[in-house]
Amino acid sequence: MLRIDIETCIGCGVCEEVCTFEAIKVVDGVAVVNEKCTLCGSCVDSCEAGALSIEATAKTAQADLAEWSGIMIYAEYRHGKVAPVSFELLGIGRQLADQQKVPLSAVLLGSAMDGAAEDLVSYGADLVYRVDDPALEFFTDEIYGNILEDVIREHKPEIVLAGATAIGRSFIPLVATALATGLTADCTQLAIRPEDGVLLQTRPAFGGNIMATIECPYTRPQMATVRPRVMKTTTPDPDRRGDIIDYRPQAERLQSRVRVLRNVLEEQDQVNITEGDIIVAGGRGLDNEKGFELIRQLADAVGGAVGASRAAVDSAWIQYPHQVGQTGKTVNPKLYIACGISGAIQHVVGMQSSETIVAINKDPHAPIFDVATYGIVGDLFEVVPKLIEKIKEKKG
Amino acid sequence: MNIIVCIKQVPDAKDVRLDPKTNTMAREGVESIMNPFDRHALEEAVRLKEQHGGTVTVVSMGPPQAETVLREAVACGADAAVLVSDRAFAGADTWATTYTLGKAIMKNGPFDLIVCGKQAIDGDTAQVGPGLAKRLDIPYVSYVRKITGFERGVLSLQRLMDDGYDEVEIPLPGLLTVVKEINEPRVPSLKGKMKAKSLSIKTLNAEDIGADPDSIGLPGSTTQVVKVFSPEFKGQRAMLHGTVDEQVEQLVHKLEPYL
Ligand SMILES: Cc1cc2nc3c(=O)[nH]c(=O)nc-3n(C[C@H](O)[C@H](O)[C@H](O)COP(=O)(O)OP(=O)(O)OC[C@H]3O[C@@H](n4cnc5c(N)ncnc54)[C@H](O)[C@@H]3O)c2cc1C
Ligand SMILES: Nc1ncnc2c1ncn2[C@@H]1O[C@H](COP(=O)(O)O)[C@@H](O)[C@H]1O
Repeated sequence: MLRIDIETCIGCGVCEEVCTFEAIKVVDGVAVVNEKCTLCGSCVDSCEAGALSIEATAKTAQADLAEWSGIMIYAEYRHGKVAPVSFELLGIGRQLADQQKVPLSAVLLGSAMDGAAEDLVSYGADLVYRVDDPALEFFTDEIYGNILEDVIREHKPEIVLAGATAIGRSFIPLVATALATGLTADCTQLAIRPEDGVLLQTRPAFGGNIMATIECPYTRPQMATVRPRVMKTTTPDPDRRGDIIDYRPQAERLQSRVRVLRNVLEEQDQVNITEGDIIVAGGRGLDNEKGFELIRQLADAVGGAVGASRAAVDSAWIQYPHQVGQTGKTVNPKLYIACGISGAIQHVVGMQSSETIVAINKDPHAPIFDVATYGIVGDLFEVVPKLIEKIKEKKG
Repeated sequence: MNIIVCIKQVPDAKDVRLDPKTNTMAREGVESIMNPFDRHALEEAVRLKEQHGGTVTVVSMGPPQAETVLREAVACGADAAVLVSDRAFAGADTWATTYTLGKAIMKNGPFDLIVCGKQAIDGDTAQVGPGLAKRLDIPYVSYVRKITGFERGVLSLQRLMDDGYDEVEIPLPGLLTVVKEINEPRVPSLKGKMKAKSLSIKTLNAEDIGADPDSIGLPGSTTQVVKVFSPEFKGQRAMLHGTVDEQVEQLVHKLEPYL
């Protein structure tokens, strides 16, 4: 409930102004809340008199909270390979585990997985719980969910992380619901609050316009899916030692009501833009499909892949697999050259972690310059051809 | 086939910003709309009804003004609408939301299929569909991009994956979450609009659905928002100067390590 202290309220009306839901109004000199209130807390933060508070009934924490310890990741395995995001999870998981001085474990589910568990150890896992079973050949929410739930119940980790992939975002909510605990989707930042060891989970919301930090204070484990290509992997060490434990699920846990008939791999775009070291990206400033030719030439000259803003993709100058950003791909190449891209927040969230960012834009106030390492204010149709020429000269 | 479609009213995400001074959401010009993914959920449900008979009921948990999106859904082909609304539901995270929606759906009566959008554009969580299926103990398939058949109570589907798609079968009752490419939603028909105007919307509150007060709203939530803030960037903003030729020269020099 939103509490309004009518003694303290000065009737200034700031709360009324900031409320997105028209849920609070000043009536006869004091704020009054109505049923539209969603408890978003905007008014509480804005009230200078300190008259507003959100009353949370003190929640009883799960009785065995202190027994949950250790960091666990779900290692995604598909088509004969550990998904790259699993190594990224081991990277952040290792940091969290070292900070909490607890072990880092991985749960590996699949069929005929030679060497995968060993790889997880070399990338930082202290323990791998492996289930290698023909029933896991295809991904099904129920079977994968059952097993992960059982392993978690048995080993009681305080934190469980999975990749925010099509698979992770589909079955992790099932596991969290089964365990009656909280889950934060698509996190881009994770940290432990030193005072109480609670995991602070930060994620974009509202299409990337707002960042929110979420905690799961009363139940365990604390669960999060983590956006791919955001966390850094550690350097693998083939001499690292870890325990690999073959876990045997009960037969009835290997049943799924949904049946997968087959996987169809779709022709991936020749260049997977998330993999290269250099990306040259173009936006609406290119004007038309022809303009994009220039981007391709620059990409060829530097040996990079071609990226694009959504505006360029929506204009059909280039295909969707090239889109960078909130609704496209997250990339972190060594070099990102943005040409004729304004730098809308939804684009920037997908490329801001690139090592070096070059922006070429004719508008000196374009927000892309706020994230750029080097900025050139100018007409790209003049700048880019010269750049290509100079680079070719340099490379000989 | 009796189908339930879960619909959420959301602020139009592209307009939502934080006021940098007050760190609160700027309200000006933010419109409330039907969650775009839920439009596709509704369209698919209406198409299934048109092919196989049955009814489409839209359900939304939200404040009283969520009635607007329910009426809009009726205008686009839904037959009935249920608004699950109570001040006690406010502040719900996905855990409390699935509890509440689950209770309301049980209360509403038997169903064959539930269709949800892939995610709501306010929170972008994509957790309500799978969580709701677990609450109701029914199978589910997320990210459905195509329904290819329905025979003897089993739906055949294509489910989008990161590297392609899976062909799957799900027995009903079950739940699907759908992605945008599944269909092109229709616009409201005149007849639909008339119906939407006159339709009385069933409203259920916490007591009606027999909700445990400790499982709903903010008190029933497992997660809490610690803070919200605007994304910040750490660019050096080193603008190059001089003529175009000079700038290009400097840039190529700086980029040498990468070339
Ligand atoms: C929910 C949501 C999700 C989104 N997801 C994404 C996403 O994933 N990726 C994405 O990119 N966008 C996304 N967007 C869209 C985003 O908000 C912007 O609209 C988009 O990024 C703009 O693309 P742009 O920079 O190419 O175009 P514009 O914003 O139109 O900018 C074009 C720029 O080119 C410059 N320019 C023009 N001519 C020249 C010239 N001759 N020389 C030099 N400079 C020139 C202009 O000064 C301008 O800055 C999303 C939006 C929403 C609401
Ligand atoms: N309050 C709600 N009322 C009805 N349906 C909802 C609600 N919240 C979420 N949903 C459904 O769940 C889907 C996923 O939402 P989310 O998990 O919030 O991203 C949406 O597309 C809706 O179909």
